[in-house]
Amino acid sequence: MTTCQSCHLREAEVELTQVDGSEVTSLRLCGKCAAERGMAAAAPVADSPLGAFLAAMGQGVTPLEAAAASRDACPTCAATLDDFRASGRLGCADCWIAFERPLRELLSRVHGGTRHVGRVYQSAENATDPESELIRVRLRLREALRVAVSSEEFERAAELRDRLRGLEAP
Amino acid sequence: MTEPRRQGADLLPWLGATGPWADLVVSTRVRLARNLTGVSFWGRNSEAQREAVIAAVHAAATDSPSLGGALLHRLDVLSPEGRLWLQERQQVSRELAGTDASGHVRSGGAVLVSGSVAVMLNEEDHLRVQGLNSGFALDQTSADATRVDSELGERLSFAFHPEFGYLTACPTNVGTGLRASVLIHLPGLILTREITKVLQGLGQVGLTSRGLFGEGSEALGSLFQLSNQTTLGKSEGELLDHLGRLVRQVVAYEIQARSALRRDAGAALEDRVWRAWGLLQHARSMRFDEMVEWLSGVRLGVNVGILPRVSMATLNRLLVLARDAHLARAFEAGLEDECLAVHRATLVRRLLADEGWVP
Repeated sequence: MTTCQSCHLREAEVELTQVDGSEVTSLRLCGKCAAERGMAAAAPVADSPLGAFLAAMGQGVTPLEAAAASRDACPTCAATLDDFRASGRLGCADCWIAFERPLRELLSRVHGGTRHVGRVYQSAENATDPESELIRVRLRLREALRVAVSSEEFERAAELRDRLRGLEAP
Repeated sequence: MTEPRRQGADLLPWLGATGPWADLVVSTRVRLARNLTGVSFWGRNSEAQREAVIAAVHAAATDSPSLGGALLHRLDVLSPEGRLWLQERQQVSRELAGTDASGHVRSGGAVLVSGSVAVMLNEEDHLRVQGLNSGFALDQTSADATRVDSELGERLSFAFHPEFGYLTACPTNVGTGLRASVLIHLPGLILTREITKVLQGLGQVGLTSRGLFGEGSEALGSLFQLSNQTTLGKSEGELLDHLGRLVRQVVAYEIQARSALRRDAGAALEDRVWRAWGLLQHARSMRFDEMVEWLSGVRLGVNVGILPRVSMATLNRLLVLARDAHLARAFEAGLEDECLAVHRATLVRRLLADEGWVP
């Protein structure tokens, strides 16, 4: 068992990673201390109906928990999340996919959001690629789902979930 | 007196003080971070991959209208003086020049230079496209960098994610990959002690301020680089507009501070700028940091009408030409040569004499 690095009493449940310039720090915290720092505590959210709903989507609202649990390496460059914590730098473009959830959490804190709204790059290859268009549609739906859930519009959320499931079916 | 070799300051138009508000704003820089698909980032890629980055980008550049005639400098084969020389001209970062604390020259480090645009290769990201212009020129500089980015992007395959945008090695650069910065002279705010308040305010609205020489450097010569903090969630245009609005605000504060100084501390201000002018003209040996402080005093004195019209271009050029590697080349001296401080004073008098201000 890892003890919370803040209160040193309770068991650590989440890991908080912060990037400040080239400095990367990470803290293992219990739910209470994490909540005090403005982080969503892992356990209560996962236990809530909403948490179960999202977890069923494979879109859990506990990216910190996911980050702490993830010890997987990027399939392309073999970098791990620990490597990123140590250097503050990702190993390759595919790390953005491999560590998508913890990175999304980090981006929200660093940039105040995760969605690029600037110029869209159209390389010669992907300009008419139906696969990437499908990815874009899924991302838009996921974002809409997130908004619906956070504003407690459950009917709309259920509808969006079904549409997403339809797109993600093999 | 040794005659210095000419250093081609004309090749650095950003020092020419020809841009808007050149009295207060030395230069504007816009850089775009880009990476190639299928190649790991620096630190996890092989020497062969770094060579492949250089080969691919060089080929694309040669084929493009804007970079067709660009010069490729390989940092990893240059002498320490050559690397420092490129860094002093703001064409490469300290990290790529290997002149940062690590002192380590990374293999595969290179830069393509063409006019006001430089493209660093194998820095933290595979490509760092940078535009640099005189004065307060965000639109022009952004257009320069964007044009080169587009031309290279048509010929290469950049890593781009539909949600996160342009993918970068560090999450602080992802999205637009755009960092715009304005090098601005704020002696009025320093002398009236308003500067801390202003910089703190800028921090709260998403701007970062650094000294003349980048991260961690002090505000030597009252020169500050103001830049956007975030790169994701706003379009390139919005980021530039936001920075531009705040720079205009800071300029207004600086002008107010200068008026207040003239009104409330006129005699002290006059003494200060005349002392700087005297030292700059007559000192026979000067450290770089001393010279930059005196240049700042003279710049302020000229701007508020106390001193004669020394050109802003001359004051700007000294910020580069009187740095170590440039002096070493001009006077055929070594980088560690104790005479550099003497050569610096010689160069200052030489440039002032060229303008008719013979000491």
